[in-house]
Amino acid sequence: MNLEKEKLLEMYRKMLEIRHFEEKAFELYGQNLVPGTLHLYAGQEAVAVGVCANLRKDDYITSTHRGHGHCIAKGAQLDRIMAEILGKKTGYCKGKGGSMHIADFSVGMLGATAVVGAGIPIASGAGLSIKLRGTDQVVACFFGEGASNQGTFHEGINMAAIWTLPVVFVCENNLYAMGTRQTNVMLIENVAERAVAYGIPGVTVDGNDVLAVYEAAHEAVKRARESRGPTLIECKTYRHKGHSRFDPATYRPKEEVEEWLKKDSVQRFKAKLLEMKILTETEVDKIEQDVIAAVEKAAKFAIDSPCPAPEEALEDVCA
Amino acid sequence: MRQITYRDALREALREEMLRDKTVFVLGEDVGRYWQGAFKVTKGLAEEFGDERVRDTPISESAIVGVAAGAAITGMKPIAEIMFGDLSALAMDQIANQVAKLRYMFGGQTRVPVVIRMPFGAGVNIAAHHSQSLEAWFMHVPGLKIALPSTPYDAKGLLKTAIRDGDPVMFFEHKLLYPLEGPVPEEEYTIPFGVADVKREGEDVTVVATLYMVHKALAAAKMLSKEGIDVEVIDPRTLAPLDKQSIVNSVKNTGRIVIVTEDCKTAGVSAEIAAIVAEESLDYLDAPIKRVAEPDTPIPFSPPLEQFVIPNEKSIIKAVKEIVY
Repeated sequence: MNLEKEKLLEMYRKMLEIRHFEEKAFELYGQNLVPGTLHLYAGQEAVAVGVCANLRKDDYITSTHRGHGHCIAKGAQLDRIMAEILGKKTGYCKGKGGSMHIADFSVGMLGATAVVGAGIPIASGAGLSIKLRGTDQVVACFFGEGASNQGTFHEGINMAAIWTLPVVFVCENNLYAMGTRQTNVMLIENVAERAVAYGIPGVTVDGNDVLAVYEAAHEAVKRARESRGPTLIECKTYRHKGHSRFDPATYRPKEEVEEWLKKDSVQRFKAKLLEMKILTETEVDKIEQDVIAAVEKAAKFAIDSPCPAPEEALEDVCA
Repeated sequence: MRQITYRDALREALREEMLRDKTVFVLGEDVGRYWQGAFKVTKGLAEEFGDERVRDTPISESAIVGVAAGAAITGMKPIAEIMFGDLSALAMDQIANQVAKLRYMFGGQTRVPVVIRMPFGAGVNIAAHHSQSLEAWFMHVPGLKIALPSTPYDAKGLLKTAIRDGDPVMFFEHKLLYPLEGPVPEEEYTIPFGVADVKREGEDVTVVATLYMVHKALAAAKMLSKEGIDVEVIDPRTLAPLDKQSIVNSVKNTGRIVIVTEDCKTAGVSAEIAAIVAEESLDYLDAPIKRVAEPDTPIPFSPPLEQFVIPNEKSIIKAVKEIVY
């Protein structure tokens, strides 16, 4: 698939933004600036970016507890995401949601739900809304392989399938549901095989290859936009860190971790862009410095932002 | 005024709102043209509005509510039907964690205008999976509004308000009420949430009742009046928001209260109302607060067993007489 230089650079920049953003969030956590926990997206950047690069601003996504990357890829602002993670009033949810519940409806990011699998029927509902309103929007629904064992996966995808809804179901298979290996909880190797049960296409791609993800999503988004129904895309990937902040991930064999780090999506894409002569080493440095500066600025904004007033806890329960 | 059934009143509300607002649509199991709703509330709607807007779903309660939520946050006004209230347990994550919390946890960025209709109530011998009254489950979830009409008039007016509301509304019906007839005006009207209705004025004792129990309370009041006991019957009509003031004001006048609900007594709706009365008007009470509710059992099948657990006129009269002396 031939992509314009501009598009490729934009994708690379987004991936870098996610990587540096997550590293910064991790660092701020270490400084006790992040209340609660963090589920970092580092390692899975190619999935969010490869999918969202196919979406328009008015398209929708739904996300999960590991959702910072989805927000960034869909176009949410780094500063307001970071502010939310720090529990600040300037955050996207005014400090009511935190790391696991970021939403930015202005860019079609319909929010992250932290009940595993719960976003799947919600994404189908957004798809039904599109169909009933008669627009040509599309929904991308992100979830992990662990969510594919939930009843909501079955119910939500089946409904999207029977009603030919414009939804792209994106399973980020990072091999572990918290500490539980995929092989312990399902007998099939590829989650995409489950698509057969709903009569929709299912494809498995290298989730650490942003161009492979882009290509699969391109086909699925096209299909959805043309009212031909949903697709299940499984992206094989790996999280760099543990499940959450306190998880040293000792359940993952060292060799396995090393093997996956060698397949790191950001490094691979950089090498590819250099090889394609889309990027020069100088440009690589320049982009990286720009991204680091943007992330630093976002962090400063978040740190300097005020906390919400305690009594704001009582607001927004009802409209 | 013309008389129509509770079922027809609900259908009129659905139909009028679907005509008024093209974002309103109905989804649920067997709500479409083939079955027209387990209790025939949606009869004729698919023929009039088409299968897209009166949508039969697979047997997937969780996705029925989840899909409604997703549609609601992207510009639609879905009305989801759960065939029996007991089955709401299957959709509980979507109701209690998603629908109820999306607005709050996203900092007010979205509204979630979903109506979730379901029938509660025992009395038709369909046993433990089709008969329970679970209002209290939902009353415990911030973010949900709860309407529960006892008459055709209230059914139509409250359902129209529910559909126009920007928040999720749990709309509880009672299966014994569907054939009940009552006056419903031809002209347009709505009933605001949080406004109780005094179904019968009285001076001696306040009886707060909901859904089908309103009718049992009214029948009991009629019998008690022959003995010189003047009962005031109040139907809150919505549990969230709850019109505390009307209940407290009535208690201030009568000094006595009996709360009659069809749910289990322990941690039930009656417990909450009793607590409010105790907190806000204890000094006005001349007698202990009484509650008439179902004992803490699942609903049994056999008619004598089932009738034994459902509150009735006799149990209401007994409770009233215990505190009116």
